[in-house]
Amino acid sequence: MIKVAMIGIGKMGVSHFALLSAHPDVEVVAVCDSATFLTSAVSKQMNVQTFKDPKKMFKEVELDAVVISTPNSTHYELAKLALNSDIHVFMEKPLCLSPQESKDLSDIAIERNLVNQVGYHNRFIGTFQETKHLVRSGAIGEIYHVEGTAYGQVVIRPKTGKTWRSKKSEGGGCLHDYACHVVDLMNFIFDQPLKVKSAQLQSIFSENIEDAVFASFDYDSGATGYIEANWSDQSYRKMSTTIKVYGKKGKIIVDRQEMRVYLAPGEKHEDLQEGWTSKYITELQKPVNFYLRGEEYSAQLDQFVDLIQGKEGDIETSFLTASITDSVIDMIAQKGAI
Amino acid sequence: MALQKVLFGDNQFFGVNHMSEEKARAQSMKFRDTESIMNVLDSAYDAGIKVFMCTTHDGVGPIADIVRENPEKYPDFEFYPCMPYAHKYANSVGEVGIVETLKRFSPSGILDTMFTGAMSVLTQDPNKLMKLLVDAEMKRFKGVKTPVIFLQNVVTDLILGLKGQNFLKEFDTYVREKYNAEAGFITMNLPLLLEALDEQGVENPIVCANINKIGFRMCGGIEKYKEVIASSNARVVSMSVFASGAIPPKEAIEWACGVEGLDSIVFGASSKENIIKSKSLIDSEWGIS
Repeated sequence: MIKVAMIGIGKMGVSHFALLSAHPDVEVVAVCDSATFLTSAVSKQMNVQTFKDPKKMFKEVELDAVVISTPNSTHYELAKLALNSDIHVFMEKPLCLSPQESKDLSDIAIERNLVNQVGYHNRFIGTFQETKHLVRSGAIGEIYHVEGTAYGQVVIRPKTGKTWRSKKSEGGGCLHDYACHVVDLMNFIFDQPLKVKSAQLQSIFSENIEDAVFASFDYDSGATGYIEANWSDQSYRKMSTTIKVYGKKGKIIVDRQEMRVYLAPGEKHEDLQEGWTSKYITELQKPVNFYLRGEEYSAQLDQFVDLIQGKEGDIETSFLTASITDSVIDMIAQKGAI
Repeated sequence: MALQKVLFGDNQFFGVNHMSEEKARAQSMKFRDTESIMNVLDSAYDAGIKVFMCTTHDGVGPIADIVRENPEKYPDFEFYPCMPYAHKYANSVGEVGIVETLKRFSPSGILDTMFTGAMSVLTQDPNKLMKLLVDAEMKRFKGVKTPVIFLQNVVTDLILGLKGQNFLKEFDTYVREKYNAEAGFITMNLPLLLEALDEQGVENPIVCANINKIGFRMCGGIEKYKEVIASSNARVVSMSVFASGAIPPKEAIEWACGVEGLDSIVFGASSKENIIKSKSLIDSEWGIS
């Protein structure tokens, strides 16, 4: 059994907690959170030790791995503490607020030979995986433009919230919450941008943080990119992320449910013919053993556990990969600084 | 209580389509007002589908109002509410945090007047909290028939993962006592759920899960599903029979109706024609006259 502790059991943390508890090879042995009402609920209801102080937990509990889902500004110190105690780390996204800190963590993890992963769960969605495959295998020819958007309704009124998500210093804002997913997906499917050509961070309802991000990219290949993220868009029931990839022989429009491919006249690729083809998540997603909110959340933690157990394979979203995403985020932040 | 064989779902009314955002958008335009929703519900009712299985979305309130105010037109109309409407809570937790969210959605006058100390006492007792939230969600169904109250899969499966099985039993007990209803549980992990309910001594449970020919979102696999549905004494409702359109209707319904031990099918449709088509397919497969 792999012994795991959870640090932070808010929205993402509790979901990871449930997925890992359901995993047949994992035992969640400890939970750490600063909110007493959460830890006391856990200690009353479940047979799990609870802590307020992560240092104390690392000292007192024998752990193989830790899942950290805390405010972004705390990620670096917590991960360093865990890695230096020889504990494998799964970190909620984004990895760190500074790309240098992300790179440091990656270096420590590699040096200590520890499994390290960041929760960019979109990489485990079948439609995005298939898009990556098609783009990289040349289905739509040379790529000249990539576009990524994410919309949702998190902040839809003048700020009433007092949580860390409304504070820039703690890593709040649409850039670190929404846009990072889009950046990571564009890196995953195509490439990391060479530079951020322009960026605008806009507050819509919030006072101290941005609610929308607009930015354009240049790629090494000469391709261009554009990203738009907005968490104050009430026309979306829940977060909705779409990527469009434009190639000289066709284009692909993809979201978590559906992948639409257009191949130019006379083009063929694998089972795709010229014109439009739609493929759906029902055919592209691999099944998981336990489902909560989406196969991707289970798939990413399954991979984390597999690698801790020494099974063959590579981490899809290592600290190193996430540090590249963090550096793009940082470039956007600098270019768009208000 | 025997479940009705055919239930009408609500995803099409509230902009939910698991396959395509575009379809979802088209549907949400079509069902902009309560009247257009009622027209479709009337078609279903006339076709003999007396149960509307619906999320406790705000848009359901006006529908319950119409049914309540027209008892002569809808003598047999039943709601099977499915709670909670999770996105409402999830978006709010992202915005204002857990405690503020609970205050925001609790029945007025109870939690919003509470100060933080009292709140934390409450949040340490998930069962008490559950009761308050169930009451909040059930308010809009006052005066209409709700013989079954479902827990949405995001909550059922969260509980299953966290191994808080006794909470399922608590929910069952509460809706029996307070609403004279039976509890239902929606899940994506049916074999695991049936095991958990059995352990908790919930007899004859009502459960609802994806059950479709291509095995979409059936954790444990089709064979395991068939085995547990055939062998358990649960009353099982199949949802996502068409796998959001991935399986042609006739093929989908023939397969589902052939699953041994399956009790009911819930499906959604946007037109009278499709309602009648699916209903008569199910009727003929199951020999309902």
